[in-house]
Order: sequence, then structure tokens, then C-alpha cells
Amino acid sequence: MARLSEFTGKRVLSDAGIAVPRGTLATSPAEAATAAESLGGAVVVKAQAWTTSRAAQGLIRFVESAAPAGEAAAAILATNAGGFPVNEILVEERVAIASERYAGIILDDRRRCPVLLISARGGSGIEEIAREHPEAVAELPLDVVEGLPLHAARELWRRVGVHGEEQRKLAESMVRLVAVARRLEARSAEINPLVLTADGRVMALDCRITLDDAAVFRHPDLGIDVARELGHPPTPLERIAWDVEKDDYRGTFYFLQMCERFGRGQRVVAFHGAGGGGSMMGMDALQRHGFSVANFCDTSGNPPASKVYRAARILLSQPGVDGYFGTGSGVASQEQFHSARGLVKAFLEEPLAVPAVVRLGGNGEEKAIEILTGYTKSLGVPVECYGKDTPVDVCAQRLEELVGSSTPPPPQAPRRRDKPVERPYTFKTPTGEVTYDHAVCTRCESKACVAACVPQILKLDDGGLPVLNVTLEEAARGRCTECLACEVDCRALGAGGGHVRLPVPGLDEYRASRGMQ
Amino acid sequence: MAILVNESTRVLVQGITGREGRARAKLMREYGTKVVAGCTPGRGGESVDGTPVYDTVVEALEATDGIDASVIFVPAPLVKDAALESIAAGIPLTVLVGDRVPVWDVMEIARAAERRGVDFLGPNTLGVLSVGKGVLGMIGGRAESARSWFTPGGVGVASRSGGMTSSTGYYLCRAGVGLTTLVHVGGDGIIGLPLPAVVRLFESDAETKCVALFGEIGGSQEERVAEMMESGEVTKPVVAFIGGRAATKGVRFSHAGAIVEGGRGTHAGKVAALREAGATVVDAFDALPAAVAKALEG
Ligand code: SF4
Ligand code: SF4
Repeated sequence: MARLSEFTGKRVLSDAGIAVPRGTLATSPAEAATAAESLGGAVVVKAQAWTTSRAAQGLIRFVESAAPAGEAAAAILATNAGGFPVNEILVEERVAIASERYAGIILDDRRRCPVLLISARGGSGIEEIAREHPEAVAELPLDVVEGLPLHAARELWRRVGVHGEEQRKLAESMVRLVAVARRLEARSAEINPLVLTADGRVMALDCRITLDDAAVFRHPDLGIDVARELGHPPTPLERIAWDVEKDDYRGTFYFLQMCERFGRGQRVVAFHGAGGGGSMMGMDALQRHGFSVANFCDTSGNPPASKVYRAARILLSQPGVDGYFGTGSGVASQEQFHSARGLVKAFLEEPLAVPAVVRLGGNGEEKAIEILTGYTKSLGVPVECYGKDTPVDVCAQRLEELVGSSTPPPPQAPRRRDKPVERPYTFKTPTGEVTYDHAVCTRCESKACVAACVPQILKLDDGGLPVLNVTLEEAARGRCTECLACEVDCRALGAGGGHVRLPVPGLDEYRASRGMQ
Repeated sequence: MAILVNESTRVLVQGITGREGRARAKLMREYGTKVVAGCTPGRGGESVDGTPVYDTVVEALEATDGIDASVIFVPAPLVKDAALESIAAGIPLTVLVGDRVPVWDVMEIARAAERRGVDFLGPNTLGVLSVGKGVLGMIGGRAESARSWFTPGGVGVASRSGGMTSSTGYYLCRAGVGLTTLVHVGGDGIIGLPLPAVVRLFESDAETKCVALFGEIGGSQEERVAEMMESGEVTKPVVAFIGGRAATKGVRFSHAGAIVEGGRGTHAGKVAALREAGATVVDAFDALPAAVAKALEG
């Protein structure tokens, strides 16, 4: 949620010395009525929803007293704003307006600096104003270190025809706005309308502040719980995904739901991309073959197999998808078999009940294809995997054929292994726990785990059983890279004594709430 | 010739003692890159796989016979200081590989680089690779892959997507079209050397006969390339693919750069601007190699 709600944005502006209307946040009609009462009756009731033109959708309402405020709140809370529910309402005093202006800070990719954009006309969108009244608009590139000198702000307002006391007051607000943007490391900070009240105060009636996801960690005071720009308040599954990502800096996992309500047969697929450019091409290809995507997902930047596994489990927690489609750029620099193992573990545990087509082109692709297709034969649904010489359109075509021809297997219980084991040998990994059941390992001839362990931290002890050849602390601190080889290869080649437990907090509860096991 | 890196480029690796820095320095060297020094504050005097480590960049400069480029492998919150150090020392090119570098840090880096008259690439870049000559960053991953994927020739590749940089290069080479240099400009919105700057370098590189662009929605880089073609600043043929046609307005698909805000940076706008300026824009990525081959003939 790298965007501040109007309420939070106004709090930040007010802390910086820019006046805002008195207001209270409400989550129920009763609270809204009480808030209206204490604000003196005549108020404006505003949905805290991330949609444009709230007024036109009935999401902003003007009322004269407490009881209608409650009714307005009830109506707004029952509305679906852009496909997502409204949960919060801002109840604000009404102010008498003398003039309406606009001010915003945006970051300019051309000049590589912040730019202050102002307009003598406020209210509607700035692009519209710039088109229809170019003379009312002016901009000033800012020095990222030195900020905005007061005199430059006065001159800027003069250029668009604002004079006298109002010019002086607006200029002061501009210096404060720039300081807010700098302090928050905002990607944009707009006040629209920025008004002069009838009693001569400069006041922000509405604001839109977006933050830099990459800098949110430096601003714990803002209480951002999901540092992602999603276009809507985060869904429960997006929160679960963000919890997986937030403290794990090994690669990037990005997850965004595109729709929540759909069912089998509607040609909606779970989408698992690797890298933004390749992902976008993958989604385009799916669209050309008549599919839509339930979600956007990107695991890239050399993520460990554990992150790919968790991502896949989250994707498979979207009931109603008709298929699973994965693709990267086609020629990835990273070793592709890590992703293959992550997918295999998730597919087997689920177990996957729809066709999957995954394009894992790049370094190590032969091994990746062998693992993904070879180890998933028991599933009873087709899992196909391709490398760099198969275009993404061919992969989308294959998914179309498979979805059209396959009959889904009867629902099966998840094959997760959480039963206690007979003779556990256990150690912690950075985000989970590895267990070898030495009772099973005794019967195992291949000892596949030791050879498969990518960082080679396993050995056979004197009794011929797999153990660490580094300390427990070293394994937990990252020598175990969570490559998942000791589980996935053990399932295929060993006796099945290896298991890596990788919890996804909140996922089981979420699945239960959606009627999934 | 090639651009930005060649066989004689002397390279410093900042953060060479870290897991990523060490591994990448080794791969760069295996591809033939001249890695002459490393820098990690507090670790001066050590050596990493035979490369001497210095406490500061200036110290590394004084101890060597010169440094042409620095590649930074440090965690995102530390990138700003490392980059400002390299820029202050006057290193002509700094490559910021790190992902998730805060954008206000990048703007400060850009300001310092402009004042010092030096360049930087990135952040969030896989770097640059000149075929058979050297690599800064991590394009290609393993050196043997980079050698088998990319063959020398006359096409320069500039891309906004990391993964698609290698892919574009690979599919071109597979179609028999060789390359001079591949550049990933970085996936973020505000970056050091954007597509237009890279195209300008290709324009003045004698070996490069044609430029292949992988563009994306959002920002103004592709439009600026079109402007340069219109003004006659760029005369070599440009063949482009623009990704993200199906992307929803206002939705960010992990690339910080790939976002359509308001009317700016739309897929249709970029395609039209490039076509009007005389570039070939292919609708399907798979059609790129044939279009580039044709441009080379023409
Ligand atoms: S492959 Fe599996 S069963 Fe065999 S020794 Fe390793 S963990 Fe035990
Ligand atoms: S113990 Fe080895 S094989 Fe198993 S997950 Fe860790 S690194 Fe991979």
C-alpha cells in the first residue's frame, strides 16, 4: 500500500503546517453520525477508496446534520468502489471556499529531479486543466538537496496570476509541501483542491500521496503494512504474500490479484512470471489465447526455491483457476532448476489439479525441465515445461489445448507432510526447517539428498545417514540456501525421508475461509 | 569498439567481499573483464580471489594505474554512499546493480554525477556486456553461457527489462545476427543512462550498424529516442519492441518504470512516436530478429 489514504495524507500535511479541515475517521454509520454531531452537523462524508471521481460515484456526499451523515455513510459502505469494498469513511467539517488551486510534486524521469507543478485552477484533474487552460499551469524543477526557496515559490504563483496575500500564503505552503515530499520520500504528493477559505486560510481539501516502495522501510511511523502499489487496498491473500516477501531479501516476490470472483471454466489462470518484461509478454500471450489472469506474480532477482514454492502455494490458493502458467524472459541468467524445485514441491503438496505450462528458459534449463516434468508424473494432470527455444506464444497455445482437453481429476486432500517422524534429524534454515527421518534414510539406497544439495552442506555420518557438514548456526544463517533439493530429489530418487517445512503464515486460515483444504 | 565496456576497461568492484560481489567479480573475470581492484570499507588489505581490496575508492585509484568503471554490489540502503564515493572520485562510469534503491537516493546520485560530469548505469540493472570483450554486472550469468548465447556482429541492444536483454540478444544471435554491446538500462523510473543516452552512444560507435530496442510502457525514454531520430541526431536504423500492451492503466507490474500514469508513457503513444520517427516497431517480439536482419541489409 505505498499510497496514503486521504485521512493519513491530511494528517501528514497538517503535521507539516498545512491546514486541513477538521475530520474523523469512521467505519460504521453510527460512528459517522457521532462524528458529524461533534463537528457541528453540516459535514462532508467521503469514502476512503482509491478510485478517481469519487463524487460522480456517490462516494462523496454533503449533508446538513448527524442523522443524514449516518445514512450517507451506510450508502457508501455498501458500495463497491472499483471492485473492492469501502471500509473507511472520512467525516469532515465543511468549509466556505474563496478560491480553488492545485499543487503537486511529481518526480520527473527526464530531468531526474522532483518538479513542483501548480495551477491557478483546481478541482478537476491536472492533466485536464493543463490541456484546457495551459496559461493557468506552471512548473519548477527542484534541486533534490536544496529544496524550494520561498522566493521561487512566490514567483511561480505570480506567473499563473495569483497575487498579494494569497500568493504569499500559498508560497509558504509550497515550501512545506516540498519538505513533506522529501521527508516521506514520496513518488508524488498532490493537493487538489488547495483552497483559500472565505476566512483567508490556505487549506488542503483533498490530497493524494504515493510513496516509494523501496523507501518505506525508512518510515515505520507511517504504519504502511504492505509496501506495494496495488491500485486497491490489499486483499487478504496479498497481505499473506507481502509477509512472505517483507523480510526476505533474497530475490523479489511480487503478487497482485486482478480479480477475486471467478469459477472453473471461465478461462482464468494463475500467472507466475519471472522478471517484469518477460511477465508482461507472458500475460499478453495468454490474452491472445483467450485467457485472463487471476493474478500477476513475479519471482525474480535470483530468489531461492523456497520463495518460488511459497509463491506457487499462494497462487494455488485461488479457487477456480483453470490452469497454471509460468514464464520468464526465456533466456534467464539465473539457474532455472531452483524455480523448478520450488514449483514441484508446491504442485505435489497441493496437489495440482489443473494443467500447468511453465517456460523455464535460461541457465540450467535442461535440468529444470527434467525436474519439473519428471517429478510430477504422479499428479494425473499434465505439467509441461519448455526452454529458451520455445516462444511464449507456443506455451500459451499448449495451455489452451491442455485446458480444452483435460478432465480435472477428483479433488484430493493436500499431500503436505506434517506428521511426526520416527527418528528425526532436524536443523533450521533461514525461513524454515529441514527434517530427515533417519528411520527411512536407513532403508534408502540412493542417498540422493547429499549429492543434490546445491551448496554441498550435507554428508553421510559414520552410520551412513545424511547430516550437516556445517554447524547448525551456519545452516540457519544461510549456508542452507533452501534450494529444496534434499526434499524434491529425495521424493523422486530416494526413499522419501527428506522434508523441508516452509510455513506461510495465515495461508491455511485463508484457504479455510475460501472453502479450500 | 563496442560501447561502455571493452577488453581494456579497468574495473573496480565495490562490495567485492560480499557474497554477491565475490561471485560476480569471478564471473566478470571469467568472461575476460579486467577486474583490477575491489573496495569494501574496513576490509582494505585483504584480497578476494587474487584481487586486492581497498578501504576507499580513492585509495584504489591511487594504487592502480587507473579505473574506468566501478560496479557496485552492496545492499540497497548502502548504494547511495557507495555511488557518491565512486562519483566523487571521478570514475567515468558507475554501474548500480542493486534492486530497490530508494528513488530519492537515485536523484541525489544523478545530481552528483551531473555536477562531476560522469555517468552511471542503473540502478536495478543487469549491466552491460560487449560481446567477447567484457561485462559489467551480470548479463548472461555464467561466462560459458554468455559465450554460447552471444556472437559478435553489428547490432547494439538496449533494453529496459533485465531478463529481456539476454533474451533479445540470444534470439538475434540464433537468427544469425551478431551483436556489439548489450545494455540493460535498469528497471526503475529514474536511472542514470536511459535508452536515449545509450542509443546516442551506439550512434557514435563505428562497429554498431543498427540498434535493437526493448522498450516498456511508462516514462518517456522511447519518446525521447524518437525525438532524436526526428532531429537527425540518430541516423542508424532502430528496430523496437514495446512490452506491456495488455497492462492495465495505473497498475504497476513490479517494474517501477513500467507504469502508465495519466496519459503519459502509453504503449500506443510510444509505438506511434517511434514509427513516425522512422523506426521499425514489431508487434510480436518473435518478429524482432527478422526485422533487425532486414534493417541491416537495407
Ligand atoms: S534421499 Fe531422502 S531418504 Fe535418502 S537419505 Fe536422503 S533424505 Fe534420507
Ligand atoms: S540442506 Fe542442502 S539440499 Fe536441503 S534445502 Fe538446504 S541447501 Fe538445499
